[in-house]
Amino acid sequence: MKHIPTILALLLFLQTGATTIIAGPGRPVSTLRKAIELARDNDSIRLQAGIYKEGSLTISRSITLIGDNNPVLDGESKYEILLVSGKNIRIIGITFRNSGYSAMNDFASIKLVDCSNIILERNTVWHAYFAIHVSNSIQVTIRGNKITGIPASEQLTGNGIHLWKSSGALIEQNRVEGHRDGIYFEFVTGSVIRGNHSEKNIRYGLHFMFSNDDKYTNNTFRNNGAGVAVMYSKKVWMEQNHFEENWGASAYGILLKDITDSHILKNSFYKNTVGIHMEGSSRIEIDQNQFRNNGWAIKVQASCDDNIFHHNNFTSNSFDVGTNGTMVLNQFENNYWDKYEGYDMNKDGIGDIPYHPVSMYSVIIEQNPTTLMLFRSFMVSLLDKAEKAIPSLTPENLIDNKPMMKKHNL
Amino acid sequence: MLKLSRYVLYDILRNKIVIAYTLFLFLVSFSMFRMEENGSKALLSLLNIVLIVLPLVSLVFTTIHYYNSYEFIELMLSQPLSRTRIILSEYGAVCVSLLTAFWLGVGVPVLLFAPDATGFALLFTGSSLTVVFTSIAFLAAVRSKDKARGIGLALLLWFYFALIYDGLVLMILFAFSDYPMEKFTLLLSALNPIDLGRIFIMLKMDISALMGYTGALYKDFFGSGTGVAFTSGIMLLWAAVPLWLSVRSFRRKDM
Repeated sequence: MKHIPTILALLLFLQTGATTIIAGPGRPVSTLRKAIELARDNDSIRLQAGIYKEGSLTISRSITLIGDNNPVLDGESKYEILLVSGKNIRIIGITFRNSGYSAMNDFASIKLVDCSNIILERNTVWHAYFAIHVSNSIQVTIRGNKITGIPASEQLTGNGIHLWKSSGALIEQNRVEGHRDGIYFEFVTGSVIRGNHSEKNIRYGLHFMFSNDDKYTNNTFRNNGAGVAVMYSKKVWMEQNHFEENWGASAYGILLKDITDSHILKNSFYKNTVGIHMEGSSRIEIDQNQFRNNGWAIKVQASCDDNIFHHNNFTSNSFDVGTNGTMVLNQFENNYWDKYEGYDMNKDGIGDIPYHPVSMYSVIIEQNPTTLMLFRSFMVSLLDKAEKAIPSLTPENLIDNKPMMKKHNL
Repeated sequence: MLKLSRYVLYDILRNKIVIAYTLFLFLVSFSMFRMEENGSKALLSLLNIVLIVLPLVSLVFTTIHYYNSYEFIELMLSQPLSRTRIILSEYGAVCVSLLTAFWLGVGVPVLLFAPDATGFALLFTGSSLTVVFTSIAFLAAVRSKDKARGIGLALLLWFYFALIYDGLVLMILFAFSDYPMEKFTLLLSALNPIDLGRIFIMLKMDISALMGYTGALYKDFFGSGTGVAFTSGIMLLWAAVPLWLSVRSFRRKDM
C-alpha cells in the first residue's frame, strides 16, 4: 500500500516527460531560486557544487532537488533556508548551514508545512536553530541526514528533527548532535524511528508527547542532557535501542510519563543515572532488556500499575529498583539479578527463594539523599541483609518470585 | 634508626603472621577476580575487605606486636638511643611490613586484573588505611600498659570506626533531615578515615548513581584536585596525629 503513491508518481512522470534543470555557478541557470521558478511538476533540479546565499527559498511544486558534489545553502544566520509545502518532493544531498534564529518563529534549515510524500535524504545541516521542522504533514521520510548544532542555552537552541501533527513518518539512519532535543515528536502517529544516532543534545535525545502507535528501533541515544523522555502516549514500541551515559540529577535512560499499552524490549541501558524512570504508566511490557552499570536500573513510582518486567538482565547497577511507596501493582518475573544470593535445589535454572530488588538503602536514600555518604558502608550492607530477612521498610510485594540463576543470553 | 627497623622487620618476618596475611589477601583478591565475571563486582567485594579487614588486622597485629616486643623495647631503652627513634623505628617496621603485605596481596591482583581509576583509588585507600590504623594502634598500645586493655581498646576503636560511627552518622542525618546537611557530611566524612576512603572509592565506582545535590557536591569536591589533596591531607593527619601523640606519650612514659 505504501508504494502506491510512488508508483502513481512514476506513471505521472512518464506521461508528462519531466525535464532536468542543471543549476550552478557558470551555468545558464545560475541560482537555485531561478531553477525553482523554472521547474514544473515532476522536474528535477541538479544543483552543482558551490555556496549559495539566496535567503529564503520556497518549494511548492512536486520536484526533486539533488545536490551534486555537496552544494552548500548558506542562511547567513538570518534566513530560514528552505520552506517546503506541497507533495511528492525530494531533497537529496545538500548541505544547509547557518540558518537564522528568531524568537518569534521557529526558523529551520528545512521547514516542511502541509506536505505529503516528501523525502529528505543524505542532507547535512550545520549550525541551525531548528534543523528539520515538519508540521501538519503525512508520509515524510527523513533518511541518512547528518545534523550538527552548536548548542547554546535551551531557549536559543532548537530541535534537530522536529515533527508536529504528522503521521506516517519514517526517520531513519540520521545523526543528530548538539541540538535541544535530538528528535522531537508531538502529535505524531503511526511513525517509525529507526537506526538513528542522537548524541550530546542539551535536553533530550528523543522527546515525544501525545504520539501514539509509533515504533522506535535500533536507535542510539548517548550522553544527552536528560536522556529520552516519552510522555502521554499509547501503544509505543521500543526495540533494540541503546541508551547510554545519560548522567545527571534528572537524567534518565528513558523517562516514561503517562505511557500505556506499550512494549519495551531488547534495549540496552548502560551507565545512566536512572535506566528507566516510570511515572503514571500502565500496561507496559518490559522484557529482554539489559541494564548494566546504571545508578538505578529502574525507578518505578507507586503511580504505575499493571506493568510487567520479565527476562531482563540486571548487572553491576548501584541499585536495581527504586520506588517511592509501599504500594506495588507491577510484576517482576524471570529476571536475572546479579545481586541475587539464593539457591536452586531442583536445578531448573530458577532460584528457589524470591529476590527483593528494592534494597533498604535505596529506600533510605530516597527519603534522605544526604545519606549517600554511607553508600557501600559495612553498616548499610548489614542493614540491607537484616531487611532482606525481615522486610519492614521496603515494599514486601515488590519481588521477583522466579529469579534466574544464570544470565539470559541476550 | 634504619638498623633498628631492620631488626624489627626480621623479627616480624620470623613469626610468619605477616606472610600468612599476605597470602590470605592474595588468595582472596585473586579468587574474587577469577570468580566474578566482571572486574567491578570483584572490586566491590575487595572494597569490603579493604574497609573492614585491613583496619582490623592493622590494629590487632600492631598492638600485639608492640606488647610482644616490650622486652626488646626495654632492652633498647637501656642503650644510648633516643626514645623517639626507638618508637619510630618500631612504627616504621610494622608499617612497612603491613604495607608490603597489602601491596603484594591486593596490589598485584588489582594491577593485573583491574588497573583502572577505581583500582588505583582502592590501592590508595588501602595503603592510607593501613598507615592510619597502625598509628592509631600504636597510640592505643603505648597509652595502656595492660596488654588486655590495649588490645581491647584497639578492638573498640575498630568497632567505632567501622560500624558505630556510621550508625551515629545515620542517626544525625535523620535527626537533622530538615536542615541542609550536605556540606556537613563532608566534615563528618573527614572524621572517620574509613568513611573518607570509602567515599573516595565510591566516586570512581558508582559515578552514575551520584545524582542529586549531595552527589553533585561530592563529585565537585572529591573529584577535583582539591578533593584529592583534601583526602590525602586528612589521611596524613589521621596517621600523623596519633603517631605524634604516641611518640609524646612514649617519651614521658615510665616503663
